[in-house]
Amino acid sequence: MLILNCPYCGVDAEESELSGGGEAHLKRFGPGSSDGEFHDYLFMRENPKGVHFERWRHSNGCGKWFHAARCTQTLEVFGTYSAQTTEPPKELKDAITAKRPGWTWREYE
Amino acid sequence: MSEPISALNHASYDGIAKVQECGLQGMITLRGDLSDKVLAKVVKDATGQKMPGQREALVDGESGVCWMSTDELLVLVPYAEVEAKLAAMTNALSGTHALAVNVSDARAVFSISGSNAREVLGKLAPVELSAEEFQPGQIRRSRLAQVAGAFWMDDAETFRVVCFRSAADYVFTLLKVAAQPGSEVGVY
Repeated sequence: MLILNCPYCGVDAEESELSGGGEAHLKRFGPGSSDGEFHDYLFMRENPKGVHFERWRHSNGCGKWFHAARCTQTLEVFGTYSAQTTEPPKELKDAITAKRPGWTWREYE
Repeated sequence: MSEPISALNHASYDGIAKVQECGLQGMITLRGDLSDKVLAKVVKDATGQKMPGQREALVDGESGVCWMSTDELLVLVPYAEVEAKLAAMTNALSGTHALAVNVSDARAVFSISGSNAREVLGKLAPVELSAEEFQPGQIRRSRLAQVAGAFWMDDAETFRVVCFRSAADYVFTLLKVAAQPGSEVGVY
């Protein structure tokens, strides 16, 4: 059972209160982009064994979207953070580095 | 005019706790910037309560205010006063980026009372309901089995549960089953 702390209402919400929203920090390629870029934006997703960043929604709760960083191998949750950001906060990246030295995820490391 | 009645018209059930549909309750959803002084004044004028902090429920009888999310409040007022309070609120909020809507008839309210009230709700919601973690003055939005619901405590042995009116019958049935005689778990 996954338990994530909602950064908006402060509740430690269990998985059944949440809805998964897929991969975090996608950059949209819309009108004006090349077919290749649009294809990658639409279909290509990370599928890491290890550190992963995701979007979640506290749907049976305060209703807010937020981000979570967790490990797909051990299900360890590194932390959650606000949705009002385009990249993971530095403190969280440092905390992950302390636990998983050398991790990379897309352009982040 | 036809007489307004609540979803289950005060239906009640006695088991390990007493479950009752509370009847009509005036409710206004207020959305906006909660740090805005205008919103705080509107809440004060309508309910006499201050602006609630994170997950706070400041409720006294039929009026009060509950924190629903970082930009949403649930304002409780007596059913008969909803229209007047809403009009005053809308008037006071003109010029402010905020929204107040009467949702009284979209909701159903239940009370669960008795020394086993925590047990009854604990069977239905994925929430830590021990006395150390959940006390009067707090609100929790969560789910009741398969539908959304919110609850707070009026006193140490009484919960007030709010759900959508369309799910009132489902929630009442859930609460009845959870409150069946002899179904105490003894956790809380």
